[in-house]
Amino acid sequence: MSEDETQTPASGPGPDWGFETRMIHAGAGPDPTSGARQTPIHQTSAYAFHDADHAASLFNLQTFGFIYSRLGNPTVATLEERIASLEGGRGATCAASGHAAQVLAFFPLIEAGERFAASTRLYGGSVTQFSRTFPKFDWHCDFVDTEDLSAVEAVLAQGAKALFVESLANPGGVVTDLEALSGLARAAGALLIVDNTLATPWLCRPFEWGADLIVHSATKFLSGNGTVIGGAVVDSGRFDWSASGRFPGLSEPEPAYHGLKFSETFGDLAFTVHSHAVGLRDLGASMAPMNAFLTLLGTETLALRMERHCRNSLAVAEWLTGHPKVEWVSHAGLPTSPYRELAEKYLPNGAGAVFTFGVRGGYEAGVRVVEKCELFSHLANIGDARSLIIHPASTTHRQLTDEQRAAAGAGPEVVRLSIGLETVDDLVRDLDQALAAA
Amino acid sequence: MATDLHYSDALITGILRRVRTIAMVGASPNWKRPSNFAMKYLQEKGFRVIPVNPRAAAAGALILGEKACASLEDVPAPVEMVDVFRASEAALEITREAIRLRAEKGFEVVWMQLGVRNDEAAAEAEAAGLTVIMNRCPKIEYGRLWGELGWGGFDSGVISSRWPRPAKGNGRAG
Ligand SMILES: Cc1ncc(COP(=O)(O)O)c(C=O)c1O
Repeated sequence: MSEDETQTPASGPGPDWGFETRMIHAGAGPDPTSGARQTPIHQTSAYAFHDADHAASLFNLQTFGFIYSRLGNPTVATLEERIASLEGGRGATCAASGHAAQVLAFFPLIEAGERFAASTRLYGGSVTQFSRTFPKFDWHCDFVDTEDLSAVEAVLAQGAKALFVESLANPGGVVTDLEALSGLARAAGALLIVDNTLATPWLCRPFEWGADLIVHSATKFLSGNGTVIGGAVVDSGRFDWSASGRFPGLSEPEPAYHGLKFSETFGDLAFTVHSHAVGLRDLGASMAPMNAFLTLLGTETLALRMERHCRNSLAVAEWLTGHPKVEWVSHAGLPTSPYRELAEKYLPNGAGAVFTFGVRGGYEAGVRVVEKCELFSHLANIGDARSLIIHPASTTHRQLTDEQRAAAGAGPEVVRLSIGLETVDDLVRDLDQALAAA
Repeated sequence: MATDLHYSDALITGILRRVRTIAMVGASPNWKRPSNFAMKYLQEKGFRVIPVNPRAAAAGALILGEKACASLEDVPAPVEMVDVFRASEAALEITREAIRLRAEKGFEVVWMQLGVRNDEAAAEAEAAGLTVIMNRCPKIEYGRLWGELGWGGFDSGVISSRWPRPAKGNGRAG
């Protein structure tokens, strides 16, 4: 082997690698010191410096490297690169949970007293976070029906600096018109932030439709086995913070870094550098290396799992559609769905695995169906290899008002399913006996 | 900062392996400036970086231990690469000077920083046999291709299952 060959990592066509290749390889070559082919779990709090000058360079953000695992960790960084690659983003910052990722996403953007807008069709926990906890930071959220584009325009005109939506909305069956909304956000000088948790980058690529940031709960399909709590915020690298002038956190001097301007110094890396060096440094909601490792294992099979999740879920939805005890089924892959066209546009590989249906008999019947299931697990999660069932009105969306629940698609009769990877006939059989007993 | 410029990883890797000395036009003595960040990083990776900054040169200043030069004319040969850390409009004049001094100084590459692009300058330099890179940062590209950019959570675009032998010395091949 020539000296040249020994010292230069082979580098391939970069962005031309296919999705399935990137879900296994992005970010993760053999470990440089041991040759370990699977990503090592770097279970360490801190990292040695070569000397005082190296330490200074790291603290000044003049060089790449690790200081302390609150700010960055090699296993977590591997997952960050993997997720950034799968979403087609510039960089990603992992966080302790999906909710922590949401705080990290807004943190550089929203100053005290400022506003952002969010869709009414969100995971209930996000509605609560935005409406109850964010006001304590003096961040204010205006909820808007994102299917009413003139209402969105109006709320953006009132000073909202970002618009937050879910691509495929929890509790299910609703697809968001990302292209239309990104156009409105851009025209208003605001960012479009997309929670891509339910869709995953295998089903939907929000950056291709003009989103600026993507957030994930890695707790769900990215890890895929119900093992971790985790999250990520991904930056497209396309928003020009310096030109905008509306985001001083990124474009103005940062006192804690000697007056460094992130956008000037780091260009399209600015948001992700800031999320680590300021966001994680001060908010501290960092992902643990073990959770990053488990999520990396999950991403290796993402496309395979999502295909089966989607296929099983559509089969169950079709079966439920004909059931006499079922009032309606909200699954964007059904021919009767009002979101069918949007699903074909934004989710060409499948309409996801989380959806809702309405049971005849309202709240009581909804609760009973859940309790009668044998194979479906009754728990508050989605995106597991196991099939999950829950009654949102009495659980995940319990903290909301009646109107918020109705707007979020979580009324009294609604049951939410997250379809897993089991034999689909077994899933149908379980639901059949539960509905019969309800 | 989307761009339609495309440079293969092999091209960039080849440049960063071959080049030993860089003349950085617009290098700042202020350690908080982006050019100073880039210069310090490239020094750590074993490059010699000669700052070109008339004001610093007039003051007889050292930048990161290197004497500042007033112009490309003054840089001591051999220098394989000119890194333009100036506005896009200034790039044409700097590039023409690089073309003029090409043989004398040994310039092979004109590299314009992230955010700097001047197509006219590029065309002239290429016609004169120089390799041109625009709208890229050599620090970011080095970090990306030598496996450090991913430490910050960035997509390097690099995929490889090979396990390179550890580098000797400064990490770049001779
Ligand atoms: C769409 C969506 N976003 C965000 C979250 C919050 O993620 P985490 O529970 O990891 O904080 C969830 C969790 O249920 C979710 O379903």
